[in-house]
Amino acid sequence: MSASQQPATQREVSAEIATAAGVPPRADGHPERAYGPYRSTALRAPQQPLVVSPPSLTELAAPVFGARDVAPIDADLTRHHTGDPLGERIIVTGRVLDGDGRPVRHQLLEIWQANAAGRYRHEGDQHPAPLDPNFTGGGRAITDDEGRYRFVTIKPGAYPWRNHTNAWRPAHIHFSLFGTAFTQRLVTQMYFPGDPLFGFDPIFQSVTDEKAQQRLVAAYDHDVTEPEWALGYRWDIVLDGAHATPPDPDGV
Amino acid sequence: MLELTPSQTVGPFFAFGLPFDGGGDVVPAGTPGAITLHGTVRDGAGAPVPDALLEFWQTGPDGRLPTRSGSLHRDGRSFTGFARVPTDRAGDYHLRTLRPAAPSGSPHAPHLAVAVFARGLLHHLFTRVYFPNHVEANAADPLLSVLDEERRATLVAVPDGGPTGPGYRFDVRMQGPGETVFLDLSTHGLAQPPVATTETPA
Ligand SMILES: [Fe+2]
Repeated sequence: MSASQQPATQREVSAEIATAAGVPPRADGHPERAYGPYRSTALRAPQQPLVVSPPSLTELAAPVFGARDVAPIDADLTRHHTGDPLGERIIVTGRVLDGDGRPVRHQLLEIWQANAAGRYRHEGDQHPAPLDPNFTGGGRAITDDEGRYRFVTIKPGAYPWRNHTNAWRPAHIHFSLFGTAFTQRLVTQMYFPGDPLFGFDPIFQSVTDEKAQQRLVAAYDHDVTEPEWALGYRWDIVLDGAHATPPDPDGV
Repeated sequence: MLELTPSQTVGPFFAFGLPFDGGGDVVPAGTPGAITLHGTVRDGAGAPVPDALLEFWQTGPDGRLPTRSGSLHRDGRSFTGFARVPTDRAGDYHLRTLRPAAPSGSPHAPHLAVAVFARGLLHHLFTRVYFPNHVEANAADPLLSVLDEERRATLVAVPDGGPTGPGYRFDVRMQGPGETVFLDLSTHGLAQPPVATTETPA
């Protein structure tokens, strides 16, 4: 797909999504970097296979974040300005685990998102929807002893983008995570249950395995919901294993 | 075993979520021995990528990895070992750091670990910055030593001093001619049968 072509219709992109869904998914659940329906991958996905390599001692460790780096208020995106932001206040909480089921303790989570109208506080966002003077949309937290995190924010709106004609992103919150090894680094997006845009969105559909797709979707949890205050969502995140054993000096 | 949470692109709007003040200052200005590391990120057409985000993680000259917090809110004195730099409109990034040394017992030559994020990249890419002066260590490095000359060169910074002192250039080519060597460091990747060769004809 060259960038100079006419933008495709949703129907054409949906047909490409259906074709790509017929290819066996990666066993680890991650998307293939070259995914035609998401046009911007065309010039940004490597053509050479990745070189499988045991991590170095550097890559088996990770930068250290703590109380110096993150204040408690950083996790409440509704309190970063003098007034209350518009929209539906929500709580998003869960645990960060590694592939072996161990909690990822005391590690940094960062989130960023659109406001309730589907607008980012970013000069590149041309969506004609209002900015909210009381909402920036960035948050940080450090996981606790059990790997738990908790954010208070506003449910983001869906927003249009230019991938194809009438392309809309389902509501989502961007997440960035560190583990105890740099190899565990993850950037992903959390979605909301039952979004009618899932089937149309090339980024969500780039995860072609249906079970893996569901791992991107938070669950509504009435036990997280707080009376007279906010709806609650639960979303657990699983990072790659921590490579507990040091690399084999004789290995490649 | 738990199933992993899939990756999704960092998208175009991370600017207010991830970059932070001083993200490229692994050491403060004026630190003895400081070097600059800079370069350009380019796509498969050779065009600069103005919306990439690069992270670097490294040992210091003593071969140690920092174990104290303060990687986001630097104290203005300490070596944090971590940099996070977005590319600018010209696809350029730069950071100020110290030369890494290999930790004791490391089979690898001194290097910086790198993670590349960008709009249009559904899953980040890992690579490494090595330095040309470690001739023997580089020759013995378990990664560099299995790459052909052309591919190995994509991982070695080029000396490129500037007015502020010694510097190195490290360009990232996401795709196409001179494509940077990117790494699969995952437990899943390592569990696969070894691939006979990493050299692929263009
Ligand atoms: Fe987004």
